[in-house]
Amino acid sequence: MSDEHLKLTLKALKDRFGIHESQFMKYPPTMEAGPEQIVGICKMLLDEFGFNFLCELTAVDYWPQEEPRFNIIYGFYSHAENERIAVRVPLKGDHPSLPTIEGIYHGANWHERELWDMFGIFFEGHSDLRRIIMPHDWEGHPLRKDYPLGYEEPQFTFNYDEIDQRKHHARYEEA
Amino acid sequence: MGIESKAGNLGVVTVGLEQAVNWARINAMWPMLFGLACCAIEMMSAQASHYDMSRFGMELMRASPRQSDLMIVAGRVSRKMAPVLRRLYDQLPDPKWVVSMGDCASCSGVFNNYALVQGVDEVVPVDVYVAGCPPRPESLIHGILTLYDKVRQEKLTTWA
Amino acid sequence: MQEPLEVNYQELQHLVSERALKGETVLLNMGPQHPSTHGVLRLLLELDGEVIINCIPDIGFLHTGIEKNMESKRWEMAEVMTDRTDYLNTTGNNLAYCLALERLAELDVPPRAQAVRVILVELERISNHLVWLGTHALDLAAMSMFLYCFREREAILDIKEMCSGQRMMTTYFRPGGLWRDIPAEFEIAVRRFIRMFPGRIKEYEALLKKNPIFMDRTRNIGKISAQDAINLSCSGPVLRGSGVAYDVRKAQPYSGYEQYDFMIPTGTHGDVYDRYQVRMEELRQSLRIIQQALDKLPYGPFRSNNRKYVPPPRAELGTSMEAVIHHFKLWTEGFTIPAGAVYQPVESPKGELGFYVESDGGNQPYRVHMRTPSFVHLQALPFMCKGHLVADLVGIIGSIDIVLGDCDR
Repeated sequence: MSDEHLKLTLKALKDRFGIHESQFMKYPPTMEAGPEQIVGICKMLLDEFGFNFLCELTAVDYWPQEEPRFNIIYGFYSHAENERIAVRVPLKGDHPSLPTIEGIYHGANWHERELWDMFGIFFEGHSDLRRIIMPHDWEGHPLRKDYPLGYEEPQFTFNYDEIDQRKHHARYEEA
Repeated sequence: MGIESKAGNLGVVTVGLEQAVNWARINAMWPMLFGLACCAIEMMSAQASHYDMSRFGMELMRASPRQSDLMIVAGRVSRKMAPVLRRLYDQLPDPKWVVSMGDCASCSGVFNNYALVQGVDEVVPVDVYVAGCPPRPESLIHGILTLYDKVRQEKLTTWA
Repeated sequence: MQEPLEVNYQELQHLVSERALKGETVLLNMGPQHPSTHGVLRLLLELDGEVIINCIPDIGFLHTGIEKNMESKRWEMAEVMTDRTDYLNTTGNNLAYCLALERLAELDVPPRAQAVRVILVELERISNHLVWLGTHALDLAAMSMFLYCFREREAILDIKEMCSGQRMMTTYFRPGGLWRDIPAEFEIAVRRFIRMFPGRIKEYEALLKKNPIFMDRTRNIGKISAQDAINLSCSGPVLRGSGVAYDVRKAQPYSGYEQYDFMIPTGTHGDVYDRYQVRMEELRQSLRIIQQALDKLPYGPFRSNNRKYVPPPRAELGTSMEAVIHHFKLWTEGFTIPAGAVYQPVESPKGELGFYVESDGGNQPYRVHMRTPSFVHLQALPFMCKGHLVADLVGIIGSIDIVLGDCDR
């Protein structure tokens, strides 16, 4: 029933922006677009096709692969037609940047702040791009693949003394 | 024996000073509301009517650190929260105790990564560790009673 | 260390009005430790007397690095971490993760497992709304509601404990079905709960619904229109309170929800009182779903038979070589999910919970992102609280129903 609307939307996206479908996402149906096209795509989806709900804005890091390094995923939902659609935007380089869609979907505000905080992706035109989840003076972007996990080695018998020097306060003592 | 026999029916009881002070501290120890994450829900369950903590003296939880004795650190402490935790601990007036509730507070539990303080004893000195993820309300009460036993053993030389 | 924890003055200048810079308005810090903020949320309020001009939320005090940590664990081990994001909706999180994996791996789930999943998720919804009601009423100074709600919740926690052994973080749903079959006492306990609960809902409504103090504190407070709510990506009771009947269980049904007959309650004004009424009605609708699912509970296996993902029963290990090999591979390496990505939405009690799971064909998740409703709704808080008093802010935060573990992950 509303498969029609989805097919129409996909066709319009292909015709107007020259983009193609992505085979990687199993659900929902996804298109791959370039970073400069994303604002136009969002405007079109909101105004003409009724995709008024932004449900997902996230990124994936493919380090050490450089081309593309990041992939931003936008997910949209249409209340009227009950259809979902997604758009993937590949980005390259260590300090990528992208125009913001905050003016179109106000709900993208904090999502973009989180992407800046966690991945270091800069959004041009954002009203308030600062760290949201990490402390304001944190260095580094934690969700990148070249950022270490920060794993602390557990204390076993073979490294007991070495860790005891560092963490003497955590020693088990009888009360 | 001693003074009681001489005082007779005057209503005088003799007890050691340490015992009296420790008894007073134990039976009305008010915790500060420091529920951070999932363990806070189990702490609230322990405070509610099924596993009542009020029968052990913890009648209510004070939100202000100036009006409480005990800080139950219930939940995971992130690196952003650690200075806040230390500040609140410093604002607690003496005598104060800390119970580290749950695995995340004791040793960061399931999460061994950049974002959490690996055990809250890096920030504040802990008296009792309660294990569990989250610990059952009965475990928490057992931890509180262990703390009471510990306080009962406190000597004049430690708090004078 | 006694250094104050604040952002640099210049960084915040663009967020506060000019009156603050002249000293006419007060900047108040409603700090991370506060009895009414439902967790570690920090709000910077700009106040003109008692009236809020602007409210700037500062989150991240409970950030646990769950998404990064899941990338270094195997698929089944990573499920343990999904419980701990939204800790009042643990089975819902497990369900979303398992559904995403099942979609990627094209794994079948037997109907008995689907029905039990629905029952436990609806019980979790009731449990979440009880905690919401207890803490919301506690903030608005109705203290006895807190004790009543937690008493009901003990019955639900007992049911979860008899299935999985754990009161809160059960990890009972696994890819392919359930961890183990439900015990015989499950049905008796759930039926007893269904018989007892409607009377309790009536008691709660008698306490709060027509209470003049409650109505004064919640009517016309925190209004948000349907248009604004949709644009701000609100979902769940926040959106339904403004009149939009959107529920993922009806729009894109999963786990057998299309067989059950239930209603989606909506409000009209979009204020705190309407959200309260929406959630109270959802309690009744959840009971309806549980009743239907329990009546229709089919017999059969509780987990898929696909041995690439599901370990064989122990009795088979004595007789079949393939079973031993499957068991060995699952225990040493874990299962692998074919390469691909999926976004799986689920209706959590707070709103639309979405799991974006990407796999590169290995036995570890490549990227898991949880689109949590609390993160998105907290963006809407400054819109809802402009022009209200500080005491109203407490009611508004309670009505959005945020859980900071959900927000910060």
